[in-house]
Amino acid sequence: MPAGGGLPVNPALPEMRLHVGAGPHGAKVLAAAAWGPPGTAPGLAWAPPGEHVVPFLTQPCLPALQLDSGAVLFSPNAICRYFFLLSGKEQDDVANQWLEWEATELQPAVSAALYLQLVQGKPGEEALAPVREALAHVDQGLAQRGTTYLTGDAESVADVVVWGALFPLFQDGSCLPDNLGLLGSWFRSMSQLAPCRAAAAAVLTPEGARELRAHLQRQPVPSPASKRPATNEPEEEESAEHALSEEDIAAAADAWAQGTAALPEPWQPQHPVLPVAGRKNVLITSALPYVNNVPHLGNIIGCVLSADVFARYCRLRNWNTLYVCGTDEYGTATETKAMEEGLTPRQICDKYHAIHARVYSWFGISFDYFGRTTTPQQTTIAQDIFGRLLERGFLRSDMVEQLRCERCQRFLADRFVEGVCPFCAYEEARGDQCDKCGRLINAIELKKPQCKICHDSPVVKSSQHLFLDLPKLEQRLEQWLEQSWATGDWTANARFITRSWLRDGLRPRCITRDLAWGTPVPLDGFRDKVFYVWFDAPIGYLSITANYTDQWERWWKNPEQVELYNFMAKDNVPFHSVVFPCSLLGAEDGYTLVNHLVATEYLNYEDGKFSKSRGVGVFGDMAKDTGIPADVWRFYLLSLRPEGQDSAFSWADLLLRNNSELLNNLGNFVNRAGMFVCKFFGGCVPEMELSPDDKRLLARVGLELRHYTQLLDKVRIRDALRCVLNISRHGNQYIQVNEPWKRIKGNDADRGRASTVTGVAVNMACLLSIMLQPYMPSISASIQDQLRAPPACCVLPSAFVCTLPPGHRIGTVTPLFQKLENDQVEALRKRFGGGQPEDDALEPQAKAAPPKPPTPGVDLQKVKELSEEVAKQGTHVRELKAAKVEKGQIDTEVAKLLELKRQLVLVEGRPLEPPAPKGKRKK
Amino acid sequence: MAAAAGPRLGAEELGLLEKSLGLAKGNKYGAQGERKTPVLQTNNGPSLIGLTTIATHLVKQAKKEQLLGNTAEEKAIVQQWLEYRVIQVDGQSNKEDTRIILKDLNSYLEDKVYLAGNNFTLADILMYYGLHHIMVDLTVQEKEKYLNVSRWFNHVQHYPGIRQHLSSIVFIKNRLYTNAH
Repeated sequence: MPAGGGLPVNPALPEMRLHVGAGPHGAKVLAAAAWGPPGTAPGLAWAPPGEHVVPFLTQPCLPALQLDSGAVLFSPNAICRYFFLLSGKEQDDVANQWLEWEATELQPAVSAALYLQLVQGKPGEEALAPVREALAHVDQGLAQRGTTYLTGDAESVADVVVWGALFPLFQDGSCLPDNLGLLGSWFRSMSQLAPCRAAAAAVLTPEGARELRAHLQRQPVPSPASKRPATNEPEEEESAEHALSEEDIAAAADAWAQGTAALPEPWQPQHPVLPVAGRKNVLITSALPYVNNVPHLGNIIGCVLSADVFARYCRLRNWNTLYVCGTDEYGTATETKAMEEGLTPRQICDKYHAIHARVYSWFGISFDYFGRTTTPQQTTIAQDIFGRLLERGFLRSDMVEQLRCERCQRFLADRFVEGVCPFCAYEEARGDQCDKCGRLINAIELKKPQCKICHDSPVVKSSQHLFLDLPKLEQRLEQWLEQSWATGDWTANARFITRSWLRDGLRPRCITRDLAWGTPVPLDGFRDKVFYVWFDAPIGYLSITANYTDQWERWWKNPEQVELYNFMAKDNVPFHSVVFPCSLLGAEDGYTLVNHLVATEYLNYEDGKFSKSRGVGVFGDMAKDTGIPADVWRFYLLSLRPEGQDSAFSWADLLLRNNSELLNNLGNFVNRAGMFVCKFFGGCVPEMELSPDDKRLLARVGLELRHYTQLLDKVRIRDALRCVLNISRHGNQYIQVNEPWKRIKGNDADRGRASTVTGVAVNMACLLSIMLQPYMPSISASIQDQLRAPPACCVLPSAFVCTLPPGHRIGTVTPLFQKLENDQVEALRKRFGGGQPEDDALEPQAKAAPPKPPTPGVDLQKVKELSEEVAKQGTHVRELKAAKVEKGQIDTEVAKLLELKRQLVLVEGRPLEPPAPKGKRKK
Repeated sequence: MAAAAGPRLGAEELGLLEKSLGLAKGNKYGAQGERKTPVLQTNNGPSLIGLTTIATHLVKQAKKEQLLGNTAEEKAIVQQWLEYRVIQVDGQSNKEDTRIILKDLNSYLEDKVYLAGNNFTLADILMYYGLHHIMVDLTVQEKEKYLNVSRWFNHVQHYPGIRQHLSSIVFIKNRLYTNAH
């Protein structure tokens, strides 16, 4: 029993403090406090409205109980529980259930009723409407248990909490509905208990009533729990179903009946593709991959593959589309690579350009032109833009202090210096940026700089350089951005990164470098220098187009007719949204500027990063060797495209998605639909008599198709793929429910049904072949081939139409996908490294670098020996491959090579890119 | 395509909980009312209604009472966050609600490993299930903004047996958006 009715302010224990305010929960907690063991009554504080007692909550929240430990309870029910728990009164299932019900159902209802009563002044009966159901629930609860109190024959925390909730509304209980007798007597006996009486007296003052009304007025208009919106939002797929109206269904049936006649003629652009007046002209670029790196899966999904899906989609929409890309070839890295391999930079570029082209061609990337930056056109265009910027006063020259490695006899590009970050003291900061704190760094600011090649300390030397005067162009840039953002689709990360650059203020940016391998600077005093790759590289888009057609200016100096999409990973954003637009704006030559900047986040590998130096991850040229078809790779990469957040490649996931989504869902549906036509109808699409259920299906498919189009218009590539899979899921269900293989053996009506279901299903398969085209072009082609789809099927229809009419003869149907086996995938996982155990917790703040051997010094002799061995083994492997010896033998030698490489990395004690074993990538 | 726990999982969520508690599967759950409140029909007695009520019951059934808290204070805190989960997290109806929830949790978790302090409890489990569909949609930038929530969430998703078929959410190790407030 409670120790007493009073509510003493206990000076002995000032730490535990109960803050009470004007809200409706005061009575509840005040009463419950009396159930605490003697001597534990909390100090009491009346808090004025709006006071923040709970430090971590945004909204003011009362009552709140501050405990001795410093913890704060802010839930009235938890406070009540706490007092009972202190006296050793645990809550059983029944009490828990009452408390949960009180919080989720009763409180919202009481708030609504109080609002009607006190704020709107509604009379008793009307004001009580929201709580009627709840009151009946309490009455029934008492009746069912047959006890005096809610959980038994003694009062418990459940009684205090429910009484406390009802008290502000009923006070003396005289307004309780007469027909709920048990409720009435329970309420009155609760009100007689000393703690409740005392609590009632404490809150039932005139000020208390006024404050309660004021409190209610400050709250949003409450509505009873059961009518709250959005708490039980239906699943996406359900909502699609609910959204179907009778009109939708009728419209879907009409569209279906129109057949291929309703489809537009496929647009066949002239070659070369040039903008056409009156058509939508889409120019698509993908960030230019740097030539001497074999791209990994993350690079592929981030740029070329994403852009490819979109380009294919644009062509499918009959838009006049040009997709260009190429290798970025100038710069220090190429020079270094050339030195390593004993070739000229040109030879290196030729060699790696071919590797890139092969990788992308294997992935089915549909470039209209895949070029390179080391062409005469690049020189002409870059020098022209440079000249115009110079004439207009947007360039200035300045002395630059640069790091020079005397041992390597060269100026060190940013990526060849490493040192301690001047801002956060991170030890492996790069010359241009710190990976830990993310700040941009000027290489000479690095503490303890080191040449990444020879680990010598470089010296600071100064030389004259040219700068693009970004501050002078800032205002034009902002004006242009404002307009581009208002009308174009820029991903959120692209906007964010651009905004943060502008906020920090633009600074002049150096556009020249002391190198030989680059576009020469056509200005006296600078003739021994070349353009810095970030001034030069984006101009590659223009020069690559110029290599494709001499009428390139019709694309690039035509902002009225052309819509430009740039695809890239987020690290490339500032150069496409700030630096390059400034060059083009300053040149004042009517250039086409980016309308839609689409940037992805990063793709991780298993639980870490792709790392060529550690041999972790799958690289472009190896994907082919896995034996997994290119379209399956495309599907998997696109289904985890890092839109909005990073995602991670995982072998287990690849297996799961191949086997569940491709094989069991998509492949299974398409195959069954075709097989039924062949087996039951002699290979000809049968007659269809649409029932209301069939029409509903047509409407549902049409809805997914519309959704797909809306998403792809906004370049939501991953989300749109889900619509495709939803359609085949609907299709499988449709076949499963209608069982054409059984009905075909039945009576006339059954056979008619089998015929309709087969016809609709095979038409769905045909629609899927169109929608799949951007994602899995060769699967799409083989479905169309198997179904002998008409030429109209290379345009995306705006509704689901019957493209394979009755009588249409289809071809031979064969399975589209193969099952991936566990051991097969496990072997691949081992081969490509990576994969920490599942439960190996990743600390968000933890350093990404792999554990390093404790010895700070690197055994240079050992490094040298190993490097030589790696080189030797690399040559050996190359010779074997050239001699076309059997695969097993090559694999053994490659394994040896990889092991040597691994040892080398360990001895070097750092994950830097070591001189790559020669010929390793060469196939 | 990755499984995300949506709002009002009800039965499915309790299935996950059963499995993580090591209980033999066998309970059938119904749903009641417009809010699809889960209902458990027990063998001996009337049915139990409500997510936190049933969850608490399952923990006792699995004899893992430590998950409900050890002291009076801890027990009250666990129940408080369970209630918060059902009322605030499940009741959020717009972006602003979500923002406040993440902000408040982030500031609460600033000096705590788990919701009840240093011990992993039922509150962490149900909050994890309830937040999964929100976390899955957060951008890298938001995950950094709610760093304490991210840290806590990552802890819980790696806690043995909790995540099950729900997609593992990636948190990057290095901060990218250092200028974010």
